[in-house]
Amino acid sequence: MNPDFVSVTLGAAQLLLALAMACALYRLLRGPRAQDRVLALDTLYVNAMLLILSFGISAGSRAFFETALVIGMLGFVSTAAAAKFLLRGEVIE
Amino acid sequence: MTTLAALLVLAGALLAFIGSLGLVRMGTFFERVHPPTMGTTLGTALVLAGSLLHFSALESRPVLHEILVGVFMLLTTPVTYVLLGRAALRRDHEEPKQEPKR
Repeated sequence: MNPDFVSVTLGAAQLLLALAMACALYRLLRGPRAQDRVLALDTLYVNAMLLILSFGISAGSRAFFETALVIGMLGFVSTAAAAKFLLRGEVIE
Repeated sequence: MTTLAALLVLAGALLAFIGSLGLVRMGTFFERVHPPTMGTTLGTALVLAGSLLHFSALESRPVLHEILVGVFMLLTTPVTYVLLGRAALRRDHEEPKQEPKR
């Protein structure tokens, strides 16, 4: 409808998501214990997935969607593996 | 239609940002587990709804791939957080140490 409004809104959304990633990165670097770092890594992955989805919307290309899907799956696997490691001391037993 | 999609994406991004801000602001680990779930549940759902709406309007046919990511996030987020919470409980139990604030 109004391309200016849409591009400004999407830009604001991307800025917010980048700030969210910065917050997660702060907690990842600062986090007092290992579980805080793993939680921050999971949040970072989800925010990156949302940022790539919004890039795909502003670019109008479907190719970004597959990237978001892969990032979501890798985020789940890495977080689950790290949490399992914290729980047991080994990933696969 | 595209305006509505952009507004949905903005709302989702706002939720994700508030969740990540809570991750920084909260004091202990078990408080910190809660805020990011805003971004992973409703934030993801809103951004995916915006993407679905935008591409459906762009290609003038229903594009439903985004539901795949939505279902995937819905299934995996509780699993990771339950695992993480159990790991944190166990670690606190094994070495009880006063967690520093912030």
